[in-house]
Amino acid sequence: MRFMLLFSRQGKLRLQKWYLATADRDKKKMVRELMQVVLARKPKMCSFLEWRDLKVVYKRYASLYFCCAIEGQDNELITLELIHRYVELLDKYFGSVCELDIIFNFEKAYFILDEFVMGGEIQDTSKKSVLKAIEQADLLQEVRHPQTHLWSPQNTPMETP
Amino acid sequence: MALKMVKGSIDRMFDKNLQDLVRGIRNHKEDEAKYISQCIDEIKQELKQDNIAVKANAVCKLTYLQMLGYDISWAAFNIIEVMSASKFTFKRIGYLAASQCFHEGTDVIMLTTNQIRKDLSSPNQYDTGVALTGLSCFVTPDLARDLANDIMTLMSHTKPYIRKKAVLIMYKVFLKYPESLRPAFPRLKEKLEDPDPGVQSAAVNVICELARRNPKNYLSLAPLFFKLMTSSTNNWVLIKIIKLFGALTPLEPRLGKKLIEPLTNLIHSTSAMSLLYECVNTVILCVQKLRILIEDSDQNLKYLGLLAMSKILKTHPKSVQSHKDLILQCLDDKDESIRLRALDLLYGMVSKKNLMEIVKKLMIHVDKAEGTTYRDELLTKIIDICSQSNYQYITNFEWYISILVELTRLEGTRHGHLIAAQMLDVAIRVKAIRKFAVSQMAMLLDNAHLIASNTQRNGICEVLYAAAWICGEFSEHLEEANQTLEAMLRPKVTTLPGHIQAVYVQNMVKLYASILQQKEQAGEKEAAQEITQLMIEKLPQFVQSADLEVQERASCILQLIKYIQKLQVKEVPVAEEVIALFAGELNPVAPKAQKKVPVPEGLDLDAWINEPPSDSESEDEKPKTIFHDEEQRHSRHRQPEIDEEELARRREARKQEQANNPFYIKSSPSPQKRYQDTPGVEHIPVVQIDLSVPLKVPGMPMSDQYVKLEEERRHKQKLEKDKKKKKQKKEKRGKHHRHNSLHTESEEDIAPAHHVDIITEEMPENALPSDEDDKDPNDPYKALDIDLDKPLADSEKLPVQRHRNVETLKSPDSEALLVEKKSKKPKKKEKKHKEKEREKGKKKEKEKKVVEEEEEKKVICQDLHCLKSAVMDHIYCCVLFLVFFGAVLCLTLLNLSCDFFHLQTYDIQGNLQNDSQVTVSVIFENKSTSFLKSMELNVLDSLNTKMLRPEGSSVHDGIPVPFQLPPGISNEAQFVFTLQSIVMAQKLKGTLSFIVKNDEGSTHEKLDFKLHFSCASYLITTPCYSDAFAKLLESGDLHMNSIKVDGISISFQHLLAKICFHHHFSVVERVDSCASMYSRSIQGHHVCLLVKKGENSVSVDGKCSDSTLLSNLLDEMKETLSKC
Repeated sequence: MRFMLLFSRQGKLRLQKWYLATADRDKKKMVRELMQVVLARKPKMCSFLEWRDLKVVYKRYASLYFCCAIEGQDNELITLELIHRYVELLDKYFGSVCELDIIFNFEKAYFILDEFVMGGEIQDTSKKSVLKAIEQADLLQEVRHPQTHLWSPQNTPMETP
Repeated sequence: MALKMVKGSIDRMFDKNLQDLVRGIRNHKEDEAKYISQCIDEIKQELKQDNIAVKANAVCKLTYLQMLGYDISWAAFNIIEVMSASKFTFKRIGYLAASQCFHEGTDVIMLTTNQIRKDLSSPNQYDTGVALTGLSCFVTPDLARDLANDIMTLMSHTKPYIRKKAVLIMYKVFLKYPESLRPAFPRLKEKLEDPDPGVQSAAVNVICELARRNPKNYLSLAPLFFKLMTSSTNNWVLIKIIKLFGALTPLEPRLGKKLIEPLTNLIHSTSAMSLLYECVNTVILCVQKLRILIEDSDQNLKYLGLLAMSKILKTHPKSVQSHKDLILQCLDDKDESIRLRALDLLYGMVSKKNLMEIVKKLMIHVDKAEGTTYRDELLTKIIDICSQSNYQYITNFEWYISILVELTRLEGTRHGHLIAAQMLDVAIRVKAIRKFAVSQMAMLLDNAHLIASNTQRNGICEVLYAAAWICGEFSEHLEEANQTLEAMLRPKVTTLPGHIQAVYVQNMVKLYASILQQKEQAGEKEAAQEITQLMIEKLPQFVQSADLEVQERASCILQLIKYIQKLQVKEVPVAEEVIALFAGELNPVAPKAQKKVPVPEGLDLDAWINEPPSDSESEDEKPKTIFHDEEQRHSRHRQPEIDEEELARRREARKQEQANNPFYIKSSPSPQKRYQDTPGVEHIPVVQIDLSVPLKVPGMPMSDQYVKLEEERRHKQKLEKDKKKKKQKKEKRGKHHRHNSLHTESEEDIAPAHHVDIITEEMPENALPSDEDDKDPNDPYKALDIDLDKPLADSEKLPVQRHRNVETLKSPDSEALLVEKKSKKPKKKEKKHKEKEREKGKKKEKEKKVVEEEEEKKVICQDLHCLKSAVMDHIYCCVLFLVFFGAVLCLTLLNLSCDFFHLQTYDIQGNLQNDSQVTVSVIFENKSTSFLKSMELNVLDSLNTKMLRPEGSSVHDGIPVPFQLPPGISNEAQFVFTLQSIVMAQKLKGTLSFIVKNDEGSTHEKLDFKLHFSCASYLITTPCYSDAFAKLLESGDLHMNSIKVDGISISFQHLLAKICFHHHFSVVERVDSCASMYSRSIQGHHVCLLVKKGENSVSVDGKCSDSTLLSNLLDEMKETLSKC
């Protein structure tokens, strides 16, 4: 996998992870371009598209698009599965995760992703062991801020559309 | 002071944390930028404080801002500070920030090396984990080199959590630092059988990724993966393994058969679609299954079905072609991804028979398509489909030209230049079509106002470029040249882009020249003058052009024509001279031609033509550069002038050679010179048709007409053929009765409409044969194409960070330790070698007693002892190899290669059982993309050396090579030679003949080579004891000879290694800079050497039972040593 992006329906970037070091300018350009392409697609269309020399696999959960860029030979369906697995992990960790959780705790979302995928390859296929690692690491981290639970009525829990 | 501290902590209470920042940004929707710049100012203040918690908080906020697109590279140093915090909380944030914004260009990145190393060895596994994760995002070649050893150690960490991360990150390290692959690979391989499933799957992941890029190096792992595939239940792992096998099967055909069973099992049993897809992808025999996928209502599956179909297409085009209906249907899908996939498929499905039909369908889609991107895609696909493999499928070029012309009606396309390029290409390369093409182009020029009228349709006016050029260059085919010329002179033309106008101007003159000639030959002086007048009237509009190129050409030509007018007034015939300006025909040149021009002997392209001025000068002389340049240019010019005569002579010689060379296409005498004497067409006034809505370019032929015509023509052809067949049938009535009723129109039956000669592109004489063109030197994976089965050399250790003082104060103890370590290493290797030895031993049926083996080991230890040095390198490793195999392996590197073939290395090996036989192993490697078969190797026997041929065959018969070679495959064959005397070196000439089979058919090819049997190749490395050696010398029946070589700078160990390796000797004893060595020939001659090293020289005294052999051996040795 080359990179993973999370962005909202309004085209706001929520999370980006690059597995190939890229200059900031290129990153910005690619993100902008890709968001445009993906957002223009209609709900019933398939989840794959070819973009530049990469394949893009995306899926929409509630208002968030999860979008992965993979190389030519990679398996599209397993990438879709990977996205789903990540959403499941987020859901388990935050408890019915919503976009706001990711906005306000974006570093946590990164930590989970880092435990799940490393260097563009899946690190652990077991949900349990990923969550365990995160919990352990969290225990090490003393609580800095009281965890305020954020909840607003317009943000429904994420579900598969 | 105290107050300040209190104040600081109170301030901190009011610091924004990340949540506050996010909330703040959300509350300042109107003036977000202002708010954020304010926040950044605050962050800068926070970063200046000493408190690490404050800094970490600031960095955390920065990371968020970075995601919003703000530049935070200025804080790189602060990020490193936070990374080195001792508390995990902060460290985590630091690494996250680093992984988000560090890249190879970040200059402070090298400061992180030591911090990362410290974290990697931290007792806390999460510190290590976070460091590994971070590193995986920003690893650079330098970091990879410095940390490779640390990470490799972590691969055997006690905690699986660390192991799996270390294994995964190794892939990134390999990419950045390919040298680490070989040392780390054995451990990586071990991890395939790690007890922890996570680590195992990580190892599978990494090895599969590696193997996919360079599969041939990983063939030996196939059995291991096969076991994993049948035992694993993890879908993620299975998919990777199947992918790996997909890459391996083409290299090892037997694998395919083995895989069928487990794969079919998986296909039937799995419920996971992703796994099924991967299996189907690998097996690619399940076209019917794919049809189900494509017909599925789920868009994702439909897409993947089409994708898999396109993979099958490459190998089994026929089976896909039967699904044409389905694929054409997909063109109507509302999803662009799916339509594009279907288009890709069409590309591979066309044949001569269905090309027109498919393109017609596509043309309809072009008309319907909404959105320019898809329409552009369609356009490129149409052109791709038609032009693929040298217009292979086009039977009627008139049809193709009309398709191209129809495409010019597309509004707002970006691909005008593509159409233009096609027009040019076809018109130049298909001679028969030129007349038709010119008439079409003339029409386009005539209607240029339609194409160029709309400024938004800029892209398409590129076709006018092609049209103008074709009309000018092939003006002899123009029927109404006057009309075209006038069309080109219209004022509207000046609104076109500059480069098109330039071509217009240039080609106007060509047209003018040919009209002039017509008129003069017809004796119509008036008309000729009239046309000159027209040019003089109209050209000034171009002279005024803002485009320099246009302006220059136009004013040049205007002057020329004014001069012509003067001559015309004097009634001097000018046409011949004007036309001579454009005489000669342009031939297409192959795109690679330039690259293939061989560098002539004695020309050093890297040498300076003029020595560059030294740096110190250039600084001062900068203002003078203009003059300086000029000087240089002058001197460069002078050079060729001297050789002008020589050049002319060479040119003449080349022409001669071309004339005699049957591979050159001889150009017919320039057609420009034969002009028909048609009566001049009178000046016809052109009525400007100004259609406001360009529905259709008037007068254009429709491609549909051609489709119909073509169908009729084919039908006729078929009828004629049938008639012929019937005639034949009448003759042989009853014999082939059934066949005729089954007759269907096959590919070959369709003959092209008119004789089409696609002129092949020209290549320079003596073009260099090379297939390297397609390889991309920048491919990051190419560096990882490394042989992994070769044993490790000592130099290949990963760099280990050592403290400097330890190195300088090396105590004798530590040195001893080092030696011990080194001698341990080879022991590990021994095991591996033994295995290999066993295999080899079987093959050679060499029986060896255990005692002998023990003895051999002793010799090795001796060798090891004398060879242990700081410069242990590749050679040392090879020597070990030789001794272990107990056989002679003379590796004469020889790079015979031609277009198809690569005879890579051959080994000459004395046969122990038979004292007069030598076995030569040749590795054949097929470098071409064609299939090679019926290989035969023949050698011109000498009196002394003969190839062993089967009984009953003559000396002129070659020996067939017992295999065929698919593209890219190599294999080894052995040939046995008999010799009478071995005291002299031998050279044999030989030929390898073979048949090359590819799509175009098969051809017979030959490759000449020389086989060199050096005297050393008759020697067998044989260990000898010092007492036996002494006895041998005492016996006194040995002849003696000696040599001395001066100017030797390499170390003595190194020197001995060289002799051992190249000349098959083993060391008997070594005292200081003096050593005795021994070897034996296959016919039992003893050879003893005493090697002494002086200051700068080496003397070798030799004793041997045969004096000729000895002197030849020493001569060979002299040559080797003098190269040192």
